[in-house]
Amino acid sequence: MLTRGGFRHGVHPEERKELTHALPIRRMPFPDEVVLPLRQHAGKPAKVRVKVGDHVERGDKVADADGFVSVPIHASAAGRVVDIDWAPHIDGTMAMAVRIKLDPHAMHVPRPRLVPRWEGLTPEQVIQAVQDAGVVGMGGAAFPTHVKLAPPKDVAIHTLIINGAECEPYLTSDHRTMVEYPARVLFGIRVIMHTLGVQKAVIGVERNKPDAIAALTAALPKDLDLSVLPLTVKYPQGAEKMLIHAVTGQEVPSGKLPASVGVVVQNVGSAAAIAEVFETGLPLIERIVTVSGEGIRKPANLIVPVGTRLIDLLDYCGGLTDDAAEVIVGGPMMGLAQGNLEAPVTKGTTGVVVLTREQTRQPEVYPCIGCGRCLEACPVFLNPSELGQLAQLQRYDEMEPMHLADCMICGSCSYVCPSNIPLAQLFSFSKLALRRRKAAAS
Amino acid sequence: MTRDRLVITASPHLKGKDSTPRIMWNVVGSLVPVVLAAAWYFGVSALLVIAAAVAGCVAAERAFGKASTLRDGSAAITGLLLGLCLPAGMPMWMAALGGFVGIALGKSIFGGLGQNVFNPALIGRAFLQAAFPVPITTWPAVGGSFWTLRGDTFALPFMRANAPDALTAATPLGLWKFEGKGTAFIDLLIGNTGGSLGETAAIVIALGGAYLAWRGYLNWRVPAAILVSVALFATVLHGVNPRYPTAIFMLFSGGLMLGAVYMATDMVTSPVTNRGRWIFGAGIGVLVVVIRVWGGLPEGVMYAILLMNAFVPFINKATQPRVFGTKPRLAGGAT
Repeated sequence: MLTRGGFRHGVHPEERKELTHALPIRRMPFPDEVVLPLRQHAGKPAKVRVKVGDHVERGDKVADADGFVSVPIHASAAGRVVDIDWAPHIDGTMAMAVRIKLDPHAMHVPRPRLVPRWEGLTPEQVIQAVQDAGVVGMGGAAFPTHVKLAPPKDVAIHTLIINGAECEPYLTSDHRTMVEYPARVLFGIRVIMHTLGVQKAVIGVERNKPDAIAALTAALPKDLDLSVLPLTVKYPQGAEKMLIHAVTGQEVPSGKLPASVGVVVQNVGSAAAIAEVFETGLPLIERIVTVSGEGIRKPANLIVPVGTRLIDLLDYCGGLTDDAAEVIVGGPMMGLAQGNLEAPVTKGTTGVVVLTREQTRQPEVYPCIGCGRCLEACPVFLNPSELGQLAQLQRYDEMEPMHLADCMICGSCSYVCPSNIPLAQLFSFSKLALRRRKAAAS
Repeated sequence: MTRDRLVITASPHLKGKDSTPRIMWNVVGSLVPVVLAAAWYFGVSALLVIAAAVAGCVAAERAFGKASTLRDGSAAITGLLLGLCLPAGMPMWMAALGGFVGIALGKSIFGGLGQNVFNPALIGRAFLQAAFPVPITTWPAVGGSFWTLRGDTFALPFMRANAPDALTAATPLGLWKFEGKGTAFIDLLIGNTGGSLGETAAIVIALGGAYLAWRGYLNWRVPAAILVSVALFATVLHGVNPRYPTAIFMLFSGGLMLGAVYMATDMVTSPVTNRGRWIFGAGIGVLVVVIRVWGGLPEGVMYAILLMNAFVPFINKATQPRVFGTKPRLAGGAT
């Protein structure tokens, strides 16, 4: 029997959350300049609507959504558009971005109520308002939130699951949000439940955050079927399929969406973001970012304007230590190493983790000895050992029937491999190679 | 912090602490008590034979492997295990040759660590069994002074070895098979019997295995499956006809403990799936009893493991895990 509140397999990396988990969220001062990439979300990039030289107030729209699976981008500070050009992006590419030079003496007071009040809105109006406010999934994937609020009509959604697992080491932005703003999280859940028309919601939180569980439980409203479920502390508990399994005991069928088992999952940060846009009337222009790791002098949980360049953020946190070596956007298990610190914080940036030289030393790679540890780590029960050997032989076609598509690149296999084989990297590369082959064939 | 100092690596950026060399050297460490027990019973000859086998393995690894492959410790393990399944009176040059052949034909020829199908130590022993059937079945008796050689240890290659001065004794399995005699359980347990160097002290081997299993460097399912299936099969046979030995005798005699704990658990030549490990172990257990009871040889652990090694790719294929979110599939089917 599968235990509620957990999943099978997974790994236990050192959490290192104690660097920031007790630090209250503070507001970072405005930087001199913000860079707003038009591609900050999954789906189509936004279409720019300002020109160089335009003056924008904080909260003004600088780019429109391009279709349904897209969201607009808003100015996170008052200033003048100085450039619309390719700029470094945290995903390692260049992306079209609007660069705003901040007015040194601006009050940064937004225009009143850019987002309507929630009271009395129909579900359709809420979905429209959420899209107009530019809200995306705050857990890292940055999938437009309003799309998940409008599931296909032919599936019945019975449960809303709120993801408060935050299983990545170092990251504490969701943890602090739950501790400091439980009412905001719960208000956001109320809005989502109303929009989806679901009667039941469960907030899943890993047991290593007892203060967050206590804060949410104490603030639970009486009129909603809403509960907090403590979860096993294990990586990747926050992966959507693992979370659904932990809460409902059901497996989302391979290749299907959570809606196929009647569930919608939203991140705690997304719920708080929805609440915030309706509370303040401002679109999504700032987010909570954990800056942590042994390579940063003053770790912190900060409210950061979207578009703040990494270098400004790191400087505000005391700068890098002498032995700092690698700057990672996201958590250390799935996050991306940065090659250019001019890249800006985006809506999906959960944290910035700086690791030291010692931590980033690349261990020697040995041949696979068939120990089978990766099979016992893989949360979706793949055979990374064999897949890895196929990937090294570039036999990608044989990897497809072995369910390569179900691999989430969570990195659990690489983490446990005693031969230090870069399995997760091989699998992302194989996925890319397969996609290219398919594109070439069609 | 300048930009050119930034390190860029692929995720995950954290790494577990275990490494392949660490696993291998832990296995080597856990074998030290077994080697000491062999020296206790068979004196300096034990150490010389084991050293010769290790030297043979390391020489072959050095000759055919990449420069770095000695450091991973796997060749040393092969040598230790081969040495431990040889009799104390074996001439050193034979032990060394066995080690060399074990690595060369059992491992390097397949492409080195991780690629071999059969356990290299057992390949080496099978070679010696075929090439030198008499020395490998001449079992010195335990006891005697530490410095007494148990055979013509220093015989020159291909020279006729002098007849051993030391007393010889049949193994418990040989006694049972050819003379119908039993052996006291306590002697089996502590190793006070004739036999190969490391085959005798079942308790020391079991403790070494328990340490490795506790550290996670050995998958306990393989020895568990072997021992349980041997015990069950032997009990049934003994129940049908008391002429057959008891489960206790079967478990603690011969090379079963060394084979179950150290040979069959070789990660490279055993299945990667847990279900596969149960099947693999059970198959070895059944084959061991079949060979011991009905075969021409008194001992069958070596051939049982080698035979099941050959089935590993098939077992792996048949026991692929059910992927999350898919329906259970029939064993043996495609994908």
